[in-house]
Amino acid sequence: MPVLARWIEAAGIPTVVVTMMPALAEERRAPRIVGVEFPFGHAFGMPNDAVMQRRVLELALRVLAGAAGFGTRVDLDVEWPVPLREAYRAWQPKEPSPIVKKMLEARATS
Amino acid sequence: MIVDSYRFLPRTFRPLYEGRGPLPGEEDPVWAPFEKRLSESRIALLTSAGLYVKESQPSFDLDGERARPEWGDPSWRSIPAAAKSGELGVAHLHIDDADILADSEIALPMRLLAQLAGEGVVGSAAAKHVAVMGFQDRALNDWRHTTAPAIVAHLREQGADALVLAPT
Repeated sequence: MPVLARWIEAAGIPTVVVTMMPALAEERRAPRIVGVEFPFGHAFGMPNDAVMQRRVLELALRVLAGAAGFGTRVDLDVEWPVPLREAYRAWQPKEPSPIVKKMLEARATS
Repeated sequence: MIVDSYRFLPRTFRPLYEGRGPLPGEEDPVWAPFEKRLSESRIALLTSAGLYVKESQPSFDLDGERARPEWGDPSWRSIPAAAKSGELGVAHLHIDDADILADSEIALPMRLLAQLAGEGVVGSAAAKHVAVMGFQDRALNDWRHTTAPAIVAHLREQGADALVLAPT
């Protein structure tokens, strides 16, 4: 995804990436990054929490319009309101994705 | 607060992401200056949650991914800004989709962006936003040569001045 932002940016359209993995977005050289410490699938926050979602999008827009230069990263100062163990379980698919299933099978036979 | 990028990631996955550096050929900075005022700009959104309009669009190809686990459907969908949460499907095998189905704004905040346009925070919202499915093969050739140029053309058609992307 960060590389998709790069290609779109290279075509002349400014981008910001809102991501739970800002370290990866930095490594992949995304131009503008907003980090959120949220579970996967929840870039803009909790379902039906308009206040939290607005904080994320407003920060993204501020970074989009205001970043001084390449590699700007701003992390959102919001903690996920669900206990870690529960949130960690909740975002994951009910059955492992095909690639994870394949990795687990390879590990089991090695 | 400094975000811990690995907080929600299973520990065994961390080496797949950490310290890998840029993709080959993607080391240099890229920069398109944001030239207008935000309050005069048209903003578009892109999600990688695999959203699609159930009634009029095909799902992303999950059977193809099940058959070839290293592959992910590289196509994209144009999502009308007026589409309601209940009209959108989620095709993504790497997350639990219950929360996005309950409120698609957590992946693609189209209603919120429209509200911000109404308040004058942004000039306007694109009439059609963008969805992809974020799990892709490593080479990314289809994204690079087909999907990205098509998305750029779509954004230009929409008169979008800038794009907010949200990985899943």
